[in-house]
Amino acid sequence: MGVAQKDVALSKRRLKLIKALNEAIDEEMARDDKVCLFGEDIGAFGGVWALSSGLQKKYGKHRVFDTPLSESAILGTAVGAAMAGLRPIAELQYIDFLTQCMDPLFNQGAKLRFMSGGQFKVPITVVAPCGAGTSEAAHHSQSLEAWLLNAPGLKVVMPSSIYDLKGLLKSAIRDDNPVIFLWHKAMYDLEEEVSEGEWTVPLGEALVRRAGNDITVVAFSLMAVRALQAAEEVSARISVEVVDPRTLKPLDIEAIRTSVRKTGRLLVVHESPTCCGVGGDIVRQIVESEFKGLKSAPKVLGGADLPIPFAKSLESACVPQLKDIVRQIESVVQG
Amino acid sequence: MKQQVRDDRDFQSKDLEDIDSGTNISLMLELYRNMVRIRHFELKVIEIFAARMKAGDFPGALHTYDGQEAIAAGVCSVLRPDDFVFSTHRGHGHALAKGLDLKQVMAELNGRATGVSRGYGGSMHLYDREKGFMGTNGIVGGGLPLSLGTAYASVIQGNGRVTVCFFGEGGSAQGSFHESLNMASVMKWPVVYVCENNFYAATTHVSVNCPLENIADRAAAHGIPGVVANGNDVLAVRETAQAAVSRARRGEGPTLIECKTYRHKPHCMVIPEHRPRKEMKEWLSEDPILMLSAKLTAQGYATEEELKAIENRELELLDEAVSFMQNSPFPDPATVGNTLWA
Repeated sequence: MGVAQKDVALSKRRLKLIKALNEAIDEEMARDDKVCLFGEDIGAFGGVWALSSGLQKKYGKHRVFDTPLSESAILGTAVGAAMAGLRPIAELQYIDFLTQCMDPLFNQGAKLRFMSGGQFKVPITVVAPCGAGTSEAAHHSQSLEAWLLNAPGLKVVMPSSIYDLKGLLKSAIRDDNPVIFLWHKAMYDLEEEVSEGEWTVPLGEALVRRAGNDITVVAFSLMAVRALQAAEEVSARISVEVVDPRTLKPLDIEAIRTSVRKTGRLLVVHESPTCCGVGGDIVRQIVESEFKGLKSAPKVLGGADLPIPFAKSLESACVPQLKDIVRQIESVVQG
Repeated sequence: MKQQVRDDRDFQSKDLEDIDSGTNISLMLELYRNMVRIRHFELKVIEIFAARMKAGDFPGALHTYDGQEAIAAGVCSVLRPDDFVFSTHRGHGHALAKGLDLKQVMAELNGRATGVSRGYGGSMHLYDREKGFMGTNGIVGGGLPLSLGTAYASVIQGNGRVTVCFFGEGGSAQGSFHESLNMASVMKWPVVYVCENNFYAATTHVSVNCPLENIADRAAAHGIPGVVANGNDVLAVRETAQAAVSRARRGEGPTLIECKTYRHKPHCMVIPEHRPRKEMKEWLSEDPILMLSAKLTAQGYATEEELKAIENRELELLDEAVSFMQNSPFPDPATVGNTLWA
């Protein structure tokens, strides 16, 4: 289990999501000349999310470049370049475009080390935004981590704080395996006071974001932010412990077990459909090992088993809202 | 009906001075040796797999390369040892031509721990990083996007390595083919695309996969040279590949080469023969190995006895490879999860 933000340096500043990710890539490119970055619109323009702002100017057109609008070619380039010894970062403008590059990622990159009997390292980092709440409808709003988790060989990172976004992206770039790094588009305005300078956060370590005794709420990415709000809202009546796994694969199931042993209750919240989602698998693992200590049936609050619709009223109905989390916390605690 | 094959060997006359004119005897004997090695390897694995199937075993899919040997041998003969090759589901020939160890390939095909991929891969997942062999592939068109990456790495690393990506005429109907040629052309990356057109994707004729007379004609859409070679004539393949590889190494970008050829066997062992008898007869009469040996003997470069000696030596090595495989252990199931992550 990880610890909360450490003081790396004395000076503090306010930092937002995109700047945090931009700093992470910048620092890693300065640290290792094998790191390169490519994708659509990411060169001189600096990326549609401004993730790569200023990086082509700083590191040149060989290391930071625009690609054709060809996600399969982008991911193929990343996997092939990694096979030849580089550490590529490939940007997908939306994780929804994963469908256009499934083969190089799922069939080739994820399995390459395994299929070759361990001959290759595939140190690629795929960075992409995910999530609903921005009225972008069914092709620009999905949370596809369940697909990724079902492809052995991929690591999946979905942080919820500015400190973790920067620190985990740096670790992802340094990792010798394919890592999919996802941030939620509804978190662009999130601002946090962090230290100047560099830090890393290790992959595979959960963090207890709020300590409590009555129920464990496991949530990541935007849902961790929302779970903290829900925990605050019910704090007069219920003591909620919020565990943010931060990395979904490898998953720090021990941290979740430790928390559930203390609280005896579990709610997992995520935005992707409940059906065959990460929540179901976390509940499975907890039931298998902690069944006797549970005070009530664990629950998963996930997204609807529907595509993400356009109209705000419909969209909100398909992903867990603050009030839904509050209601489910109460429901699990009441048993 | 067998198609008349266009010959675009002089597609870049300025490259001709770089090309070995095909009169270098030791080179031609090496091409012969390589092709004979591939041919006998394939015949032997068919024999081994058939015996295993008869015994009730599931040995896995087997797509053999016999009939197409001139392409792998010709193309790989112009490569540097550190150049990259991406192969296909029908890739044993590419692996052997790129210099992979006969024993290790035989062992891999039979799921032994001594295999080139330690038994994790099999026929469609042969890899040898040290030899620049970036994999046979179970997905048609799967190697095409990956070849962009090694080509890009060569540019950024400034090491002059060229990437060759083999695929079939069926693969040229995949989206990954067009995305890859487009991007390689835009970027001028050092990659050579070699289409082995054997006229059938499993059982589907090329006319269903492509409306053009030549797969090479698809190159025009991507602004790169598209050339046709007789894929059964190893010297024609070699000359064509030499020009394309030189162009790539000079930093002038990719080339699409189409080699027309014909596999001797059905798509794989479990699919019955479906091709017209007359067409098969015409193509089989142009066996790439017989074409080269006829040239070698007719022009006095080698006697039949000398060629037979080369073949016998290859048969000995093949026997050794089979013994090596048979005496090799199967991978330890306790270690199965150890190689997923670095």
